[in-house]
Amino acid sequence: MSVPSETFKSLVKAAAEQVIASAPELTSLDQAIGDGDHGTNMKRGCEAVLGKLDAISAQPLDEALKMIGKTLVMTVGGASGPLYGSFFLAAGEALSHDKHLPEDLADVFSSAVNAVSARGRSQVGEKTMLDVLVPVLETLKTAAGQPDLIARVRTTATEAVERTAPMQATKGRASFLGARSVGHVDPGARSSCVLVQAVCAGLEARA
Amino acid sequence: MTDTVGIVIVSHSSDIAKGTADMVRQMVGSEVKVAFCGGNPDGGLGTSVPLIIDAINDAWSPKGVAVLVDLGGAETNSEMAVEMLEPARRDLVVVCNAPIVEGAVMAATEAAGGSSLAQVKAVAEELSAD
Repeated sequence: MSVPSETFKSLVKAAAEQVIASAPELTSLDQAIGDGDHGTNMKRGCEAVLGKLDAISAQPLDEALKMIGKTLVMTVGGASGPLYGSFFLAAGEALSHDKHLPEDLADVFSSAVNAVSARGRSQVGEKTMLDVLVPVLETLKTAAGQPDLIARVRTTATEAVERTAPMQATKGRASFLGARSVGHVDPGARSSCVLVQAVCAGLEARA
Repeated sequence: MTDTVGIVIVSHSSDIAKGTADMVRQMVGSEVKVAFCGGNPDGGLGTSVPLIIDAINDAWSPKGVAVLVDLGGAETNSEMAVEMLEPARRDLVVVCNAPIVEGAVMAATEAAGGSSLAQVKAVAEELSAD
């Protein structure tokens, strides 16, 4: 089995558009505990991806993911560029090395999450995007092949992003705030959730 | 002129990057290659991987390049930029864990004396030691 390029294209488009639509919310979350640029940065990166979408989706899946990653790296302009960029670069790299979708989804996602962790020198529990991506990975592993996998991933992502609110940031700009970062949802966790939900919604619509 | 380590200054603000480079040039003259960049790809506050890659290549020296950064995203983007350099150059670029202004001045002063990349980095990073 493989992922048809039309499906891939529509998922990327939906995810990018959803992030762009969420930019004001991401910015307002980032103004509370960061430097207030997460929404505009992600919007710029996603617009760049949309601008190249035809060229991206004409590539084999592994190369297409790497192109998305590189585009984000080159255009986002904040730390989220290399972080999300590394996610997609690593996912593409995994697919270049004998991994296939959808059957190896958890493995591919794992490589991508590990790349984010390495790039940010961060672990789960530090109030970052990993606090959504790691729980989603766990659900992809434990619910693999289950008919309600997509629904479970959506629930996991939504619950995970809310759990970042009481966390104290120890990485990134929010760490300067120390205890004052407590009580705010992490903007990177929110943008990860937006991406996951958009892809899930796209898959549900095609199911 | 013998080769000296090049210095790159990466700030979220192009004004800070330029001002830091001005201070470095006033203190070490033109003995050391200094390049700088600041601002995101739209010109607002932030950093840009392609601009960092250009700055590293502008400051290139066979002895290597030391990069001084300000806040988190500048560091992450600089590390990404180093990985995207041509392979022969990647191992000759270091991102210093040092305050940007003081680090750039100290690094450039050390570089001007012909020190190695490791020495330049160590001198800049002494500023971060407790």
